[in-house]
Amino acid sequence: MTRKLTTREKLEAGLKRRRRKELAFQLTGMLATTVGIVFLGVFFADLLGKGSSAFVQTFVKLDVEFTEDVIAPGGELDLAFADFDGLVRDALRAEFPAVSGRSERRELYKLVSIAAGYQMRDMIAADSDLLGLTETIWVPASSTVDMFVKGNIDPTLDEALRPLSDAQLAWISHLQNSGRLETQFNSALFSNGDSREPELAGIKGALMGSFYMLIITIALAFPIGVAAAIYLEEFAPRSRWSDLIEVNINNLAAVPSIVFGLLGLAVFINWVGIPRSAPLVGGLVLSLLTLPVIIIASRAAIKSVPPSIREAALGLGASEMQVVFHHVMPLALPGMLTGAIIGMSRALGESAPLLMIGMVAFIVDVPGGFSDPATALPVQIYLWADSPERAFAERTSAAIIVLLAFLLLMNLAAVILRKRMERKW
Amino acid sequence: MTMARMTDVNVTDNQNVSNDEVETAGADVRRVAIELPSISVAGQLTELGKTVGEVRCENPYVVAENVDVYYGDNHAIQNVTLEISKNEVIALIGPSGCGKSTFLRCLNRMNDSIETARVTGNISLGGQDIYGKDLDPVALRARVGMVFQKPNPFPKSIYDNVAYGPRIHGLANDRAELDEIVHSSLERAGLLKEVKDRLEEPGTGLSGGQQQRLCIARTIAVNPEVILMDEPCSALDPIATARIEDLMDELSEDYSIVIVTHSMQQAARVSKRVAYFHLGLLVEVDETDRIFTNPQHKLTEDYITGRIG
Repeated sequence: MTRKLTTREKLEAGLKRRRRKELAFQLTGMLATTVGIVFLGVFFADLLGKGSSAFVQTFVKLDVEFTEDVIAPGGELDLAFADFDGLVRDALRAEFPAVSGRSERRELYKLVSIAAGYQMRDMIAADSDLLGLTETIWVPASSTVDMFVKGNIDPTLDEALRPLSDAQLAWISHLQNSGRLETQFNSALFSNGDSREPELAGIKGALMGSFYMLIITIALAFPIGVAAAIYLEEFAPRSRWSDLIEVNINNLAAVPSIVFGLLGLAVFINWVGIPRSAPLVGGLVLSLLTLPVIIIASRAAIKSVPPSIREAALGLGASEMQVVFHHVMPLALPGMLTGAIIGMSRALGESAPLLMIGMVAFIVDVPGGFSDPATALPVQIYLWADSPERAFAERTSAAIIVLLAFLLLMNLAAVILRKRMERKW
Repeated sequence: MTMARMTDVNVTDNQNVSNDEVETAGADVRRVAIELPSISVAGQLTELGKTVGEVRCENPYVVAENVDVYYGDNHAIQNVTLEISKNEVIALIGPSGCGKSTFLRCLNRMNDSIETARVTGNISLGGQDIYGKDLDPVALRARVGMVFQKPNPFPKSIYDNVAYGPRIHGLANDRAELDEIVHSSLERAGLLKEVKDRLEEPGTGLSGGQQQRLCIARTIAVNPEVILMDEPCSALDPIATARIEDLMDELSEDYSIVIVTHSMQQAARVSKRVAYFHLGLLVEVDETDRIFTNPQHKLTEDYITGRIG
């Protein structure tokens, strides 16, 4: 007959197995976290590696003579029709006097962006006294030159296989040697709208579009969402209807965003008649999209307010409304704001519904209001990612970096708000 | 022809309803009948719903007549009649779940916020039916203050905690008057000396006993007629408990106090009368001395001698 094991012996027999299981679980968790961090690191490294070069742009230094014969023939200056490109061409020819022949010259002119001409026009428009003077100006190089300087074009390739000819390469190295070619901060990226020319293309239009949309979204979704959450949580009678509403709100939060885009197309554009591509429609669609998120977060925040606080206020004779606005709201506000900001960052990163309502158009002008045609940052990324030019690839990455920076900022704001407003009880 | 048939149907419906009611009531009696003998002696059932001792008092201010409370299907309080006079401290005692807190919460209609709760019978305060149509529970709760089991100061400053009631009811005309109310309330709650230099600090930073006195100050700042206390000392240490008990003694000069407590010693120390509840029934009410020295009912005796509860 075997001896009966004591409780202590049974305990010790199983202890090793229990510890082993615990260790295995911890290791799995650490592995999962490490894999996540590694992927995130690879993603950021790749993004920064590809995108950081877009924040600088190659510029060429030219001695431009504002010749009256070229831009104001007969003494008449017409900003709309004057041949400012001619000034740039003259300056290039002056820099390289040896270049002759039409096709050679045309190649020479291609070193400088067409933005150079606009720059001349703006200078003259600002100060017409420049006429007849000679100025030393930095003008943006063309995107192919820019790509070569940034090391994206291999000069050892056969001439036919690369976008720059041998002659152009020689001119570039001449410019480099004489200190007339250098990279500077790419302010165009932040001050211009979209463009077909990569060196002219910027994200300001998309940023403003996103900004106007988010204003509409926060102005609509936050008050409506919080009001709905308060009503459902504090005032609505518990019934089959409120259950049905709750289930539907939860379902709405999971509806694919493109469906909201179709809804916006059908209702806001086709039925109500709001112009398409406008931030107004985008904002309305994104409000619908974020409403369920805000309602769910706000209800959770309201639920987490301890009932003892409500009872204390009710017991003093506060009305239900006063209980909500004096006690529940202040305590639930950090949670509500966090939900709202998370909803906003989701809205900022959303592109699918915007494709449905025409915000995917090529729009050069920076929108100045809620009804101007506009695009949004994620859609701009989508558009640039589609472009064949090499220079757009780095701008795509740069736009993603800017978008991520904004998302990080918003999430940081959510954390700080919660930390600062959280009250102990 | 059609009319007659419809009437027939209606009559049948009514009968069904009344049958249901009879069955429900029967079920309740059965449940009590099953539960009681396990704790108590046989022969008690005949006295169900009859309270021994004296439920009436001189100068009644709060009068509860035949009060029944249901939580959904649960009959939490059965046919309770009790009078409470002005400036009296009455203690409600009984084992957990006997309905004493439920009864307490009927007196300021805190049960209104529970959707399934239903109160029948009559409760009046100074002759006014508190479940009447013309009475606003908000006004009632200003007249019947409540102190809870767990100290629950608002996450605001000490000053704002006390000033909250007067503010929402518009009791002070200006800041000076409000200051006066806050100071006198804290003074009467015996807290002023400890907090007068830190009125702007959060009320939640005080110790447990101080928090509970802050809650009492908050309650008396509205100048109620009755104060309900739901186990106000159960979360406090003996020293803090003693302070609260002294406070109750002083406050009873101005207010009627109804206190729910699990501590027989506390009931004996602070109250003039004691009401013993058991499974939703008010079993016995009497002068405190009589209850503790010479209880009339077997259940009361079992409880105070520690045989049940």
